Amino acid sequence: MASIEGTILDFKRLDQLARGGTSLHRIDARAKVLVALAFILSVVSFDRYALTALFPFFLYPAVVIALGNLPAGYFARKVALILPFALAIGMLNPLFDREVVVRLGSFGVTGGWVSCASIVVRAILTVSAALLLVGVTGFPEICRALERLGVPQTFAVQLLFLYRYIFVLTEEGARSSRARDLRSFGGKGLGIQSYGSLVGHLLLRTWMRADRIHMAMLARGFTGEFHALQPSRFGGRELLFLLGWSALFIVLRLRNVPHLLGSLVTGAMR
Amino acid sequence: MHMADALLSPAVGGTMWAASSGTIAYCSAKVRKELDDRKVPLMGVLGAFLFAAQMINFSIPGTGSSGHLGGGLLLTILLGPHAAFLVIASVLVVQALFFADGGLLALGCNIFNLGFFPAFVAYPFIYRKIAGERPDPVRIPVAAIVAAVAGLQMGAFAVVLETVSSGITSLPFSTFVILMLPIHLAIGIVEGVVTAAVVTFVYKARPEILQAAVEPLPVAGHPLRNVLLAFLAAAVLTGGVVSWFASGDPDGLEWSISKVTGKDELKGPEHGIHGVLAALQEKIAFLPDYSFKKPAEAKSEDPGAEGGAKPEGEAGKGEGSKMGTSVSGIVGGLITLVIVFLAGFLLKRRSQAA
Repeated sequence: MASIEGTILDFKRLDQLARGGTSLHRIDARAKVLVALAFILSVVSFDRYALTALFPFFLYPAVVIALGNLPAGYFARKVALILPFALAIGMLNPLFDREVVVRLGSFGVTGGWVSCASIVVRAILTVSAALLLVGVTGFPEICRALERLGVPQTFAVQLLFLYRYIFVLTEEGARSSRARDLRSFGGKGLGIQSYGSLVGHLLLRTWMRADRIHMAMLARGFTGEFHALQPSRFGGRELLFLLGWSALFIVLRLRNVPHLLGSLVTGAMR
Repeated sequence: MHMADALLSPAVGGTMWAASSGTIAYCSAKVRKELDDRKVPLMGVLGAFLFAAQMINFSIPGTGSSGHLGGGLLLTILLGPHAAFLVIASVLVVQALFFADGGLLALGCNIFNLGFFPAFVAYPFIYRKIAGERPDPVRIPVAAIVAAVAGLQMGAFAVVLETVSSGITSLPFSTFVILMLPIHLAIGIVEGVVTAAVVTFVYKARPEILQAAVEPLPVAGHPLRNVLLAFLAAAVLTGGVVSWFASGDPDGLEWSISKVTGKDELKGPEHGIHGVLAALQEKIAFLPDYSFKKPAEAKSEDPGAEGGAKPEGEAGKGEGSKMGTSVSGIVGGLITLVIVFLAGFLLKRRSQAA
């Protein structure tokens, strides 16, 4: 996170992507949420030395990026941003787990390195699944899907409200923060005292804004739910989408496809 | 201290999901019953506020580093535990989806670690006890710092428990604890100081806000017990269901731990449930032991046609051992990657042409 403004721009870009009109965007959000969950569950259910068996799962992000017409480089950059964290935890594995599990000629690879690589691959897969879900569905749609899948209405409304005001308040926070930065000289005034009252003021303004919003809502007859313009339905296409992907994930989970492929090739070469 | 999907097993992730969604359902019902519809926009906007506040940094004197607000405790002080838990959970959902902080499966863990402990443990049992009914500028900072430190320590300890019982990392329990708790002691102190600064500011400017948050809450104990019972029931139930389907995986984990590290201290709380299923597991687990050539047989044993819950152990288990011998696995993996990216590339070309 370089600057607050940069983060907001990045956020908006992901939000904009969801407005695409591809066939993937038009599928009911519930199907997409469930497929993403099935994908993540299958990926994390592998044991910790699974590495090559995870590779076929790249098919899902690749297909979503392709069919959803999403910018691959943008998502790659976003995923790369979180990789250091996965590596930081994963790098400790080679220290504790030194048994050699793979031999390539005279070169031995320890279990720690394999599981470290596995953690990184898992991180890439699960993170891209979450980001792509937003990119191809959009947050409000996800909230509505969650509500129709049984999430309590209070929480769904909370998510939608939060989302509506994130842009307003982050921009306000960014302005305050920039104003403070411009007035500080030699790092003075960036400490806790000014921070406390800066955030405190932001909080009070937020509070008053909430009062105004409440009055506006009352004036417009808000009854506790947001209405969607086009209620989508869970039809045959959605069912096919859900079952097709889930079946594929099950097969990939149970059969080590790369291994089959590999033994085919190396067997043929022998 | 966001947990990541990559370090979680489905059984742990599923159990924590159950715990968090149980608590969300309970809090939603509670907030609904209060019938204070002023709270609806207030909660939403305060969530957005938290988002903004987390982005603003301040410099920590003497260290050259900077810190920012976490906000769990602050929200609880302003809104009371139920509403605050929902707000924290909603913020975490957005972070998981847009910034890939944590992940979708880890969301249950993160909501629990960052929401439950400040809202339902640190606030009623520590903050309220120290700050008392009538908070003043001396008690507020003390209460905020102690409560923030305690809440973060509990959260960090939960992270350790969840990670270790998932068994993806090889870090031993003790090392992980020694690593996590001191770091979060420092983070907790910073969080406490910031919370105290903001709460003191609000106390000076609009004391009625703090007073209003205190009043509707019948002091702890009673609601907490309900929450605990609700999420415990949900956790046990779903934990049982999840680990039934996931039973193969922790089984593979045990196997790999005893095989590779020779110690089995990584057994998690899931173990009790697994003991019940041991017989079934053993039956399943025999089959594919070290036998790569019979995946068809292994498959016929699998009851895993249930939607997303398919983590039967055989495949994973088998390949742990196979890894040792085969170059073919690596070759095959590379081929798969090439095929996958080619497929994506071609699909993209086609959809752009169309």
